[in-house]
Amino acid sequence: MAVVSSANSTVMNNVEAVRATLYEAMKNDERTVILGEDVGARGNVFLITKDFIGEFGERRVIDTPIAEASIVGIAVGMAMEGLRPIAEIQFADFIYPSFNQIVGEAAKIRYRSNGEYTCPLVIRTPYGGGVRGALSHSVSIEALFYHVPGLKIVAPSFPDDVKGLLNAAIDDPDPVLFLEHKKTYRLIKGEVPDGHYTIPLGKANVRKAGTQLTVVSYGLYLHWALEAAQRLQEENLSVEVIDLRSIRPMDKTAILNSVEKTRKLLIVHEDNKFGGIGAEISAMVAEEALFSLDSPIRRLCGPDVPSMGYALPLEEEFMSSPAEMADAMRAMVKF
Amino acid sequence: MATTDLRTGSLERHGLSDEQLRDMFRNMLLQRQLDNRGFQLNRQGKVPFALGSEGHEALQAGAAMAFNRGGDILAPYYRDLGLCLGIGLSPFEILLSIFARAEDHNGGRQFPNHYSSKAAGLMSFSSILAAHLPHAVGAAFAIQYRGETGRAVLATCGDGTTSEGEWHESMNFAAVHKLPFVMLVENNEWAISTPLEKQMAQPEIWKRAAGYGMPGRRFNGFDPIETYAAVKEAMDRARAGEGPTLVEGTCYRYLAHSTDDNDLTYRTREAVQERRKDDPVPAFEAVLLEHGIVTPQDVAAMRKDVLHETNEATDAAEALPYPEPTDLYKHVYEGAWEPWQS
Repeated sequence: MAVVSSANSTVMNNVEAVRATLYEAMKNDERTVILGEDVGARGNVFLITKDFIGEFGERRVIDTPIAEASIVGIAVGMAMEGLRPIAEIQFADFIYPSFNQIVGEAAKIRYRSNGEYTCPLVIRTPYGGGVRGALSHSVSIEALFYHVPGLKIVAPSFPDDVKGLLNAAIDDPDPVLFLEHKKTYRLIKGEVPDGHYTIPLGKANVRKAGTQLTVVSYGLYLHWALEAAQRLQEENLSVEVIDLRSIRPMDKTAILNSVEKTRKLLIVHEDNKFGGIGAEISAMVAEEALFSLDSPIRRLCGPDVPSMGYALPLEEEFMSSPAEMADAMRAMVKF
Repeated sequence: MATTDLRTGSLERHGLSDEQLRDMFRNMLLQRQLDNRGFQLNRQGKVPFALGSEGHEALQAGAAMAFNRGGDILAPYYRDLGLCLGIGLSPFEILLSIFARAEDHNGGRQFPNHYSSKAAGLMSFSSILAAHLPHAVGAAFAIQYRGETGRAVLATCGDGTTSEGEWHESMNFAAVHKLPFVMLVENNEWAISTPLEKQMAQPEIWKRAAGYGMPGRRFNGFDPIETYAAVKEAMDRARAGEGPTLVEGTCYRYLAHSTDDNDLTYRTREAVQERRKDDPVPAFEAVLLEHGIVTPQDVAAMRKDVLHETNEATDAAEALPYPEPTDLYKHVYEGAWEPWQS
């Protein structure tokens, strides 16, 4: 896909989109601080905050001790006391020590204080596999958190969505978990409109229109699903691909509108199948649109093992592929 | 530092006026009365749960006297009735929490004793121990970041909480950034049923301060004046931008952990009775009497007054309604958000 900058946009990859958006937020609001492991002098392990410390200073770009529970917890306290912190968990796999601070604290501050206190906090973290990240640099974590009222979860796939959704997350008065698929960081480029804009949380986007099958996905797999759908297009099979973008809240209307049209639903995600995002989407469609369906709902998801492995076959076996997705789509269209 | 000796009755005021000494004593009486009220209401079947702070009265009355209302922030835990009263919460607000009424700051959502008041500078907290300490540190960072000298965060916890990882993480971060933060440990020797010797091999918690590169000290938490002096010194340091301090007050938990605990399963009545000999409430009363700061008539009037105030607050709060069932759905997010957007 050839992308070129236009008069009103700039071509960026996902890393550059995150970086540009964070930079703008730091420029625009003195209350904004970034805290996390190696975000300062190192400029983040993916260089997302490179040179920020020089421009904004170490009071605003805070290299924390290696202590994830308090990275989030301190950000919660900052947010309760009027700052607009953006906390970074270096890899999503490292978020587990901060689970209570996210689920037990951040998500409940507004609720438990009856609205007296709020927690406007963004927690950014790179997730996902396909990068030889082994057990502890590959996981998807969304299903562990999407059960939790009080949290919002965003997982953009394209650079323009990264910018619009990260801006929305930063502006949001409630805690937002912002998931960045690390394999897409430099792989995916796209045009990003110049200037400030937001994309509302909870709105999906039909990235490819089609008539015979609805595919719902997000993250790296969204790109693979688009690639697979394009292959089917060449076989004159028409697949609609919905980029979920937000995981909590999720866009019911977009999914139902599409399913009413195509009458078939395939959900594709890298996270484990059992209890994953696909389970909730399946249940919703079964409750709301069962009699519109012409075939069983299908989920193509990560296998139910703790993680992909470091050895290449153990990663490849875990990960799906555009070819596997194309096979699943073909089978469903022809059902 | 010269200290009051409650056994001999000597008195070192540390700058406290007669009126402040009487205020601290009244706070201690009020704590005990309100604590007792919670348990009474529980036994009457009017409330499902109560949790007392008996044994912490002096420590909390003294620490609260070192808190600047309108400037400082308090990040307490659930055994801090006296501190919360001392920074400005009213008995009525306490009873609203006990009765879980709609008008309660938490809207009747949280357990009693989990007070919260943004107006009073009292940070909302959960029952998960040490989870509030990073919040306190974050608030201290915000104060320092905005250059608000003269303000500090007073965070508290029991001895049990000092075993949590977030206790360590909070102390460390506060020290690295020299934050306006005071960690006040109320060491009552029990983590529900677990005694100090099973919690830590080195039982003097204040000594850990050296490991973080901050000052630490221990004081007798049965003495409200000594508590005041120790906490004030630490808060003044913090407010002046000189960094955090760890202060440990020794006290004792006279009651079971809560109405849902039977402490006779893990300690004897005799052991508790032995510690009752040091009960800080009558001890401080004796000191004030001996030095003519109160008369027996004053004490009788104070006791009558706090009982009256507690009764009034009880009746007023009890008469108010519960939250509406539909209040369950409020304040999940700002505005109306559903997991499914349409």
